[in-house]
Amino acid sequence: MPSLKDLRNRIASVKATQKITKAMQMVAAAKLRRAQEAAEAARPYSQRMAAVLANIASNVDGDDAPVLMSGTGKDDVHLLIVCTSERGLCGGFNAQIARLARDHARRLLADGKTVKIITVGKKGADILRRDLGKNIIDHVNLREVKTLGFVNADEIGHKIITLFNEGAFDVATLFYSEFKSVIAQIPTAQQLIPASAIGDVEPESAGDAVYEYEPDPAAILGDLIPRNISVQVFRALLENAASEQGARMSAMDNATRNAGDMINKLTMSYNRQRQAQITKELIEIISGAEAL
Amino acid sequence: MAEAFQFELVSPERLLLSEQIIEVVVPGTEGYMTVMAHHAPLMATVKPGVVTVKTPDGKPDSYVVFGGFVDITPDGCTLLAESAVHVTDIKADELQNRIKDAQEDFEDATTREDRAKAEDLLGQLKTLEEAIKAV
Repeated sequence: MPSLKDLRNRIASVKATQKITKAMQMVAAAKLRRAQEAAEAARPYSQRMAAVLANIASNVDGDDAPVLMSGTGKDDVHLLIVCTSERGLCGGFNAQIARLARDHARRLLADGKTVKIITVGKKGADILRRDLGKNIIDHVNLREVKTLGFVNADEIGHKIITLFNEGAFDVATLFYSEFKSVIAQIPTAQQLIPASAIGDVEPESAGDAVYEYEPDPAAILGDLIPRNISVQVFRALLENAASEQGARMSAMDNATRNAGDMINKLTMSYNRQRQAQITKELIEIISGAEAL
Repeated sequence: MAEAFQFELVSPERLLLSEQIIEVVVPGTEGYMTVMAHHAPLMATVKPGVVTVKTPDGKPDSYVVFGGFVDITPDGCTLLAESAVHVTDIKADELQNRIKDAQEDFEDATTREDRAKAEDLLGQLKTLEEAIKAV
């Protein structure tokens, strides 16, 4: 049975923890708003990019299509780009993305494929290093990045394209967490190369007018697709940033509530014990008086 | 009065400009071009340069873009820039950094193709530097 002093100390420490989690929740809420704004601001670009790509892809014959779009024709070597956060204390956010990526990697390995992994963000790297450590070929550190810019995504995009041009892999898949709402973030896998999804978007109609291209369509497409990869990575990073803050917010909300419950419980037993002690002392005094 | 059309300047980070304008000068890879209403549908890549738009009240406004592409449809014109800033917001050292990077790329290029590409970019950036000074 802990003494009264012990209980008092416990209560004080849990209260301090509650203050921290409460503060973290509010910070996460503020950051979430900013992250959401950034994600929203980036949306027009990726939407227009998708429309333009669909438009131009429908004008290029299958044979002229760049390899980035049609793929190498093999699927022996897979590259997984796993985007996670740099900081912890955000519930199951990192674990969920890592689990999705790991399951995917295991399935591929079971099929006899080669798997290479690029990790973005420290937390996912830590988780994946445990059992897929030898598959990790590179790690991108975003720790020092304060506001996520397109340049950060572009760097990753360039890395991917350089690897592809060297023939280091056949299929690239991007893992990140899609932001649905504060309480729902969905870990998602998206295939980057070959860019099969491009054709799915309805082309923007240009009326009956014939499109002119300067330079020729294939050259534009060759320029566009690498850029599109950077845009996709950028979008994933932004979604991830929003998801991370959302996950942290609800995790810290839970933590605050749990701390509150704990304080209630501890206070209850503290009061009980105090009462017991008072009763005990009274009994001692009374029985002492009676004995006289 | 010339007819106005919808013009949008978008960078990956945000939508910089979306309004009705009279004309826009776009730095296409194969030369500057002026786009006005009812331009033929065209898709072109853009080199680093200055984009000048003219609003219906006749006020010209300039933006600096670093590569991208432009999509002209009967409904309007969209410029998707890799990076774009208003001409008054451009920082001299950012441009210098880009020029330095391009210079390094040019010196490090191993294949003739890469070398030519880097040289083009370097030339474009230097022209841009001159153009900004002139504004």
